[in-house]
This record gives sequence, structure tokens and C-alpha cells, in this order.
Amino acid sequence: MKVVVSSTGESLDSQVDPRFGRAAMFVLVDTDSQTVKATENSAGTNSAQGAGIQAAETVSRLGAECLITGHCGPKAFRALEAAGTQVYVGAAGTIAQAIEQLKEGKLRRANGPDVGGHWA
Amino acid sequence: MIIAIASGKGGTGKTTVAVNLALSLPGHVTILDCDVEAPNVHLFLPTETVREEVVGISTPEVDADLCNQCGECSRICQFHAIAVLGNGVIVFPELCHGCGGCTLVCPEEAISEVMRPIGVVEERRAGRRHLVQGRLNVGEALVPPLIRQVRLRCDTGGTILIDAPPGTSCSMIAAVRGADFVILVTEPTPFGLNDLELAVETVRTIGIPFGVVINRADSGDERVHHYCTAQGIDLLLEIPDDRRVAEAYARGSTIVKSVPEMRPLFASLAQRVQTMAVEHRPQPVTKRGPACLPVRRCP
Repeated sequence: MKVVVSSTGESLDSQVDPRFGRAAMFVLVDTDSQTVKATENSAGTNSAQGAGIQAAETVSRLGAECLITGHCGPKAFRALEAAGTQVYVGAAGTIAQAIEQLKEGKLRRANGPDVGGHWA
Repeated sequence: MIIAIASGKGGTGKTTVAVNLALSLPGHVTILDCDVEAPNVHLFLPTETVREEVVGISTPEVDADLCNQCGECSRICQFHAIAVLGNGVIVFPELCHGCGGCTLVCPEEAISEVMRPIGVVEERRAGRRHLVQGRLNVGEALVPPLIRQVRLRCDTGGTILIDAPPGTSCSMIAAVRGADFVILVTEPTPFGLNDLELAVETVRTIGIPFGVVINRADSGDERVHHYCTAQGIDLLLEIPDDRRVAEAYARGSTIVKSVPEMRPLFASLAQRVQTMAVEHRPQPVTKRGPACLPVRRCP
């Protein structure tokens, strides 16, 4: 399974970035092949508005089935839902820990936005 | 002649100056109430509505049968109002600034534009005075497109007074662009001075001659006077801090009607502003925008 985690850095030891749209990076983890690939989110961090929407496009392009982040706002959620990406919120710790939490079923699957826009 | 009344700080008396100036100017006068988030000129100028028009901005509508999800629309949209996700395109109308870029770049011609209402423009009349006001719909954030619609409805004869929104952001700029003269209204307080400095910087950058009106004069300190002197800025008028002015305002009346002895102040302001605008007219105005043309650009 391909999972994208919003991250403050580019490795499995980096901390989860609780923000989605304005996360520093996105780390793509393929849990089957154990490969890790990091993508910068400069477009999102520099956006005047719509950061969550363009971040959802990035996640969609990376081909991830599943996103792990801290919080997800309304427009980002609508975009991720349209892309068919499952959203898991409330993650903290390192990227590796977040992946483990997902595997162990400890993360909450969001069925709607858990915060308003521009919550951070 | 177009005279804009603006201020950095809100609540300094832009509408008071605009309305009293309108009542002191000879001939045909049109007031454009460009404070579209809180238009209030009509409260002080009894007028009759002659026309009301819903205005909007064009937002994209995608024909799913023609769209091949190439993503050109999403790439050109700096506001992320249109996104290619999964097997389709989704539009976030509330983020769309109506530039039309996505429609132009779509190679499949799958995008058409539909109007999304953002507010109304109302035209009112009372004798030789004409009022045009914009009223933004509640919850709407796009101010400049509506201001530009108000600006389009300026009569070319007579004097045009623009009551600008407070601040120095894009909405204030949309309101004052193309004016012949700007009156900056302030109050003699530290806040008034700070925001006046910002407004002066803005108006100087746009390149429009301007002067300052101090409202509630003597209620604060002398720093606004010192600033104007140091900067060589013309002090056009000082409106005394008088309880009768506040009482008139609270009743929806005007200074020229309720405080007769202050009438000459506004008559001289009217004369002075007309003279100054004409004096400055021959100057090169390279940075000046078109007076009454809609401009498709970032609101």
C-alpha cells in the first residue's frame, strides 16, 4: 500500500507535520516494497490560498491510496475525497511511528474535515 | 473630475467628508460608495433608488465529457480554485477571482464560464445628486471586482466623489485608482497618524495628488500636524471636535445642515480640492490607471 505522510523532513525519522496544506514535505512510503520517497511542498507553503487543494493534487499525483496527517480542513478534505484518497488524522511522532500506528489500526480515519480552514 | 476620499484608519470620517463635500459642491455631483462591505452614504443622503443590478464574477464550469484531466487549468490558477483530482476536475468557486485563465488555456475547450453573484450595485438619485453604491453579499470575500463595477457607473459630467473603503489594501487601491485627487481623512491620534503614513505611502506610489483632512481636531495631539509639515503635505481642513457633529451623525444628518457655522469649512474645502486637482492635472501621471474601465487582474 502506498501511504503519504505530511512531514517536517525527508526521512522515516522525521517528525509528522501536523499541517497538511502547508506541510514542509510529503513522504511517500510503499509498505509493500519498503521504499521511501520525499517530495517538497514548496507550492503549498508559498500559496496565498488553496494550499490544501494543491497539496491534495500532489498526494493524488504521487498515487497514494492513503494520507496520514495531523489535521485536515474542509477544502483539502473535499479535494482528497474527490481523488479517492483515504485520510487519517491525529498522527504525531516520526513518520515510521505513524506508519506503524496506521498498520496497528491506531489512527482515526476521517470521514470529514476535523478542523476549519487555516486552523494553524 | 474624480475626487476620492480615503483613509488608512477606519472610522475617521470618510463618509462625513464625502457627504458634506457633496452638499457643498456646485453642479451635478455623483458619489460612488465603494465601501462595499459597509456602504453607508445613503444613510446621510436621502435618495430614491432608480436601478439595482446584481453583479458577479465569472467562474468556470467544466464539461466532464470534454475534459481529459490534462491539468492545464489547475496549473494556471494561482488561487487553486480549480483542481484535477481522481477522474475529474473540481471547482472551488469561493476561491475563484474570475480571471478567466482556465477557460483560455483549456486545450479541449471543456470550460465555460458561469456568473456567480457577489453583490449588487444600486443607483440612487436626489435632484442633482446621484449616488451609486455597491453592496457585497454577506460572507463574500472578493471586494475589488464589485468596486470596479461601481466605478464603471460613474457619470462623466459633474464631479465624482468616491467614498473609499478603509485601509491600504487592494480594495482601497481599486477605489482610488484613476482619481484626480485624494483626500486622506485622519484623526489626531497615534493610530490616526500611523495609518495616515501608510495611506500617504500608498497614494504616493499610485501617483495621485492628495491632501489631508483632520477630523475631531484638538481631540488628540499635534503629531499629525508635525508629520504633514515635515512631509510637505497640504492640510486641507480641520473639522472641530464638536458634540453637535456627533449628534448630527447619530441622527443621520450632515454637518452642513445641522451645524451651519461649519458650512464655510466645507465650501472652502470644495473650492480648494477643485483648484488643487486642476493644478495637478497637467503633471505626467504614468502610474495612473484607467478611470472607469474594468481591469481583469488580481483583486
